[in-house]
Amino acid sequence: MKMKSLWLGAFAALAILLTVAEAKVLINAAGATFPYPIYGKWFDEFTKADPDAQINYQSIGSGGGIRQLTEGTVDFGASDMPMTDEQIAKCKNKPLHFPTVMGGLVPTYNIPGVSQDLKFTPEALAGIYLKKITKWNDPELVKANPGVKLPDNEIVVVHRSDGSGTTFVWTDYLSKVSPEWKSKVGANTSVSWPVGLGGKGNEGVAGAVKQTPNSIGYVELIYALQNKMSYGFVRNSAGTYLKADLDSVTEAAATAVKTMPADFRVSITNAPGKKAYPIASFTWLLIPSKIEDQAKKKSIVAFLHWMLKDGQKFAGSLGYAPLPQEVVAREEKQIALVQ
Amino acid sequence: MTLRNRRRKTVSFVMLSLTGVCAVVAVSLLFMILGDLVYNGWRSVDWNFFTKLPKPPGETGGGMANAIVGSLQIILLATLMGLPVGFMAGVYLSEFGGKTFAFLIRYMADLLNGVPSIVIGIFVWTVVVRRFHFSAYAGGIALALILIPITARSTEQFMSMVPQTLREGALALGASKWRTIATVVVPAAYRGIATGMILGVARISGETAPLLFTSLNNQFWGGGLSDQTASLPIMVYSHAMSPYDDWHRQAWAAGLVLLMGVLLANVAARLILSRGISVQK
Amino acid sequence: MATSAAVSARPPQGVRAFVHRLRSGDEIARLVTLAFATSILLVTVGLVYELWATSSLARHKFGFGFLTSSSWDPVTGQFGALPFIYGTVVTSAVALIIAVPVGLGAAIFLAELAPAGLSSAFTFFIELLAAVPSVIYGVLAWFTLVPLMRDYVDPFLKKTLGFLPLFSGTIFGYGYLTAGAILAIMTLPFIISISREALLEVPVEQREAALALGATRWESTWQAVVPWARLGIFGSIFLALARALGETMAVTMVIGNDPSIHASLFSPGYAIAAILANEFTEATGDLYLQSLVCLGLVLFLLTIVINALARLLIIATTRRGSAHP
Repeated sequence: MKMKSLWLGAFAALAILLTVAEAKVLINAAGATFPYPIYGKWFDEFTKADPDAQINYQSIGSGGGIRQLTEGTVDFGASDMPMTDEQIAKCKNKPLHFPTVMGGLVPTYNIPGVSQDLKFTPEALAGIYLKKITKWNDPELVKANPGVKLPDNEIVVVHRSDGSGTTFVWTDYLSKVSPEWKSKVGANTSVSWPVGLGGKGNEGVAGAVKQTPNSIGYVELIYALQNKMSYGFVRNSAGTYLKADLDSVTEAAATAVKTMPADFRVSITNAPGKKAYPIASFTWLLIPSKIEDQAKKKSIVAFLHWMLKDGQKFAGSLGYAPLPQEVVAREEKQIALVQ
Repeated sequence: MTLRNRRRKTVSFVMLSLTGVCAVVAVSLLFMILGDLVYNGWRSVDWNFFTKLPKPPGETGGGMANAIVGSLQIILLATLMGLPVGFMAGVYLSEFGGKTFAFLIRYMADLLNGVPSIVIGIFVWTVVVRRFHFSAYAGGIALALILIPITARSTEQFMSMVPQTLREGALALGASKWRTIATVVVPAAYRGIATGMILGVARISGETAPLLFTSLNNQFWGGGLSDQTASLPIMVYSHAMSPYDDWHRQAWAAGLVLLMGVLLANVAARLILSRGISVQK
Repeated sequence: MATSAAVSARPPQGVRAFVHRLRSGDEIARLVTLAFATSILLVTVGLVYELWATSSLARHKFGFGFLTSSSWDPVTGQFGALPFIYGTVVTSAVALIIAVPVGLGAAIFLAELAPAGLSSAFTFFIELLAAVPSVIYGVLAWFTLVPLMRDYVDPFLKKTLGFLPLFSGTIFGYGYLTAGAILAIMTLPFIISISREALLEVPVEQREAALALGATRWESTWQAVVPWARLGIFGSIFLALARALGETMAVTMVIGNDPSIHASLFSPGYAIAAILANEFTEATGDLYLQSLVCLGLVLFLLTIVINALARLLIIATTRRGSAHP
């Protein structure tokens, strides 16, 4: 009796240990949380379209994506901050940047009693994150929001605790609109924040803002939309208050597309244009220029083609702006560079 | 009774009652935790949870089937690697050890035992993951490193409690030393040893930190043990910290499943121990 | 332990003995188990070596200044451990301040007052608390404890003790105090369980002598029994401290992730284990990564010292206690 149960146990253990996906090409990727909702959707849909390939994406932040790509522990990475020349030099196989979508960063907040959409000036945002503006009823905020009763509560600032491309976009924007920010803090995936709580990933910041009254944080548009969180208007360089949406984000890329460098590394924050949303960004997949495993290479290339054609259709419903046609055409050419 | 004595008696009564309150608070903590988890997780544990794969963020209806299997895989790996090593080391310490070397081993085992699990994760990352990338094996190795010292010390403890007379009797009958150990000492101590093993495995099954940089996570079934593998503790962590209500619900469910597994193993182990051990600690 | 002297007093010496042992399988058994035992040694040494080697860049650049610098700036490459050491120490201190009185009180009750059945049952449940995985505590802290602290406990403390810098400032719900609170719950079972055992080891004569001299129940407990067991009790406190220092998941989820030093317990902060969990997979650049590993080394050393102290105290108390098996 005892022997039988022992054998049964051993058999079960073996069965568990050997559980494996049916013969598929398994690809591991990691990186930005900014596009995670759409990447999640894409990889899910792509597996349905091409059941032989499975792309497992872990949203650990752009910094993580760059790091793991450099270490070679994932097959490709994703980042909202283009890699610097230094970082590229560290990779064994030079990574190619493939823009996937454009997204907008929104200031999302949770103020009990305030249900209207607030308007934020660049000075207000910089001031809040520099700890110069500490209360919701600060004159700078009241001035921009006549008619809204802002409470006399302390602002709980939330930022990213991990290495984040989203942080890069946010701090890049703040550096462009606030000289004080530029000199004191600077722009990078990880900075020395003057104030605030850290949340891990876009998810963590959204989660923290959602749970904490009187808080403000910066997240990709879709996180605020999916979780029905309030987010505000931001005043752009032309003086218009805009909310992040398909049109305003697409407009932000319009000027940059004309002068887009060959390797697609460009920043579109604080873009000129009346209808351009000021805190917008491309997000990139970082694909090694040389992939040794032929099966993986085939699937990754297939995915890139799929992404540029079918994948773009999903962008709008998830709050991201699809790539401009010129960019798509140039990327199709870059795919050929993947060996 | 003098005033002073009455005061002393009152103080005594009050302080002793306070200690009772402390004990009640401590015990009720467990039930509050269980209660909170059951309340939030019970409704969320549905058939989907056990059979489906995770869905993209924001969509409902996904499950954690791969995390459950993944956790079992990693725990099994850790058990297969860690238990034999720990057991053998414990046998050495209890039966063969010379004075100084055994002391050294024991000291090292206690050292390893006290290392925070995240530091173990870092160690395995530098040694295994950097060369072979994220995998269930790496996660299993990290957990095994936690399991080994626990198993070694508990094995040694229970084997050393077996009375010397048993060993001497066997040796007097002509058995060799290893025979004595295998057929007399170990069976005499097996309840304690088994308990120690079960408690050790229960402990590692809840560990999250070492898995953060070793097995990472996986949205799909994955390529088996040499690929990134989903696990329940990691899923609980990532889903709880997300802003999605559906993911919160799943985090509670996963937490409940995890806790139930760990608690059941603990209760079972203690029952085994209380049922049979002849020597009290 | 090793076979008793009576049996192995005069084993045959020399090569013949060796061959005899070999043939009877004993030598093989010894070597095999020795090999496994040595692996523990090798792993531990390897661990220390890897931590040391992989933090070399940071150590050479910052030296001991790493421990006193409070900047953590990946942009400029300035890394310092002070905010994290501070956070780790403060949260552990808060945890102990809460857990030690409650734990000791419960241990006294279970060892001295409760009838044996109740004592065993309660101890059983309390020890189950120790088995609850850290991430579960984290989830509970994130969803239940944080709102509780933010809406009830913190404002109350601010109202009553707000004149102290410890309890002033903005209330977030996340921060040192909340992290300390969840750590207190996690370390409570260790203090109770070990202190209870230490108290049970106290010879009954101690208590009876005090009572015979006219002490009240409490006085005999507090002045005669507890001091006898104080080494074991201190040992349990150090063990709890060691556990609190290395605790990762629960702390990471509620400490607020702010790498700076604040006086107020309401403020967010950071702990060594928490920053390792958050930033390790994404540290871009070797100096950044190696600084994190250096932090890991600091934590490792901290926990070794505390653990060693704990063990010494516990060993000392059981040695002088009665009947040790």
